[in-house]
Amino acid sequence: MDMSVDLCGVKLKNPVMTASGTFGSGEEYSEFVDLNRLGAVVTKGVANVPWEGNPTPRVAEVYGGMLNAIGLQNPGIDLFIERDIPFLKKFDTKIIVNVCGHTTEEYVEVVEHLSDQPVDLLEINISCPNVKEGGIAFGQNPQMVEEITREIRRHAKQPVIMKLSPNVTDITEMARAAEAGGADALSMINTITGMKIDIHRRCFALANRTGGMSGPAVHPVAVRMVYQSAQAVSIPIIGMGGIMTAEDAIEMILAGATAVSVGTANFTNPRVTEEIIDGIKSYMERYRVESLKELVGAVHER
Amino acid sequence: MAEKFEELARVVRQEEIATDIYSLWIATEQIAAHAKPGQFVSLYCNEGSRLLPRPISICEIDRENGGLRLVYRIAGEGTREFSNLCAGAQVKVVGPLGNGFVLQKKRAFLIGGGIGIPPMLELAKQLDCEKQIVLGYRDRELFLEEEFEAYGDVFVATEDGSEGTKGNVLDAIRAHGLHADVIYACGPAPMLRALKEYAAENGIECWISMEERMACGIGACLACVCRSKEKDAHSNVKNKRVCKEGPVFRAEEVEF
Repeated sequence: MDMSVDLCGVKLKNPVMTASGTFGSGEEYSEFVDLNRLGAVVTKGVANVPWEGNPTPRVAEVYGGMLNAIGLQNPGIDLFIERDIPFLKKFDTKIIVNVCGHTTEEYVEVVEHLSDQPVDLLEINISCPNVKEGGIAFGQNPQMVEEITREIRRHAKQPVIMKLSPNVTDITEMARAAEAGGADALSMINTITGMKIDIHRRCFALANRTGGMSGPAVHPVAVRMVYQSAQAVSIPIIGMGGIMTAEDAIEMILAGATAVSVGTANFTNPRVTEEIIDGIKSYMERYRVESLKELVGAVHER
Repeated sequence: MAEKFEELARVVRQEEIATDIYSLWIATEQIAAHAKPGQFVSLYCNEGSRLLPRPISICEIDRENGGLRLVYRIAGEGTREFSNLCAGAQVKVVGPLGNGFVLQKKRAFLIGGGIGIPPMLELAKQLDCEKQIVLGYRDRELFLEEEFEAYGDVFVATEDGSEGTKGNVLDAIRAHGLHADVIYACGPAPMLRALKEYAAENGIECWISMEERMACGIGACLACVCRSKEKDAHSNVKNKRVCKEGPVFRAEEVEF
């Protein structure tokens, strides 16, 4: 039985990765999870210089999900290269670095810093709803998606995954734009913009007022967007959004995802990534699936 | 690195010790053996729609029997769910988390305000020095105060003056003319802010336990940061993680 998948020429031992921002650079979770078992670790977004992020409170729980507005706090690319990459290199897993910025130049600066680093893939965050400039501003206009993708592709030494925002009318428009710009893969969905109000104190639950919603409540939205995008483009898609169980991950793969990222579920169960890998394996045994690749996009009419 | 454990703990007993304030004893194999005063645990809900663990401070550690006592206030549906746990029930818990207090042999103030009082109890048990324990409550509905009496002199302040000194913990300190060389404190931000100022004015070492909304509880998600005076080595900005570098900080190293 073969659980491996090919992502832009990079072979992952299985399709399970971590969703950016929920797993740091793996150090904290390495006390609970054997990182060697993961298909890849996707790091928290890193920028050209350190970012302080938003004021607190930065998170709030909602029914079946949570809101976050961390604001991409990160230590900057220099410390990241000095500390986080060497840490991840100790493990037999693939390294995907998530990149954030306010301007095209800032993204390019990070991508160039990473060009000689032992990093397998780059995931470009053009979809963070919690920073004022950059982030989502790039991800909601197809022309800008195409332009920034082209510019990053021109400077990147590693395959480029563009991470798309669900906060758009037509996800396939953005998926096509990224593909046209030369993206090697797509990942989706980033969080859905939401708001929570504390009715007792009559104030916003988050200091940023709005936050990105994640968790099982957004899963069906993510499955739909992965399916639609898989129909629209021919590059691989990494599916994420509310994956809590192996069943959720398999659903995403059947919708058309080549690999999946697990995010919020790590907070609910720090060992969840390994449990999802085991669960996918059991599913493959039960249905006698020889290769995981058979499942990618295998959904059909009843 | 301090070791953390994930366990399915068994509820030994639970009781309501004041309105909406519960005392929960759980049996753990590893966490109790490794926990220190001032650390906390993450308690996970059984109801699947509640995804995030609830950080709860450790009130007492029973190493001999592998027990942990958690005293918490019902603050929402998650803690309400915990309050319904009966003896024999199981609850998922991860810990011990955070740094805990640094125990010193100096004449000490142990100061707790409201639901910041519980973590001071294990500290009072473990500290080997002269202790003055100052507890601040809203009104005469006190909790845990009698249990502190075995470990030092206890002084009470209530906001409405119905018990002890009327006012806050500093009013009690002044009313009784108390002095100490080190402060350990946990409570609401205004109380901690006042103690930080008091400690600076009097040149006293001051340790405070901070609170912030958390998600992962182990230092990965960067939800629970507090502002720091100096650039933090991990974050590379003036932010420290309450769940990892804290919850206990030197008062002068954090800004709030």
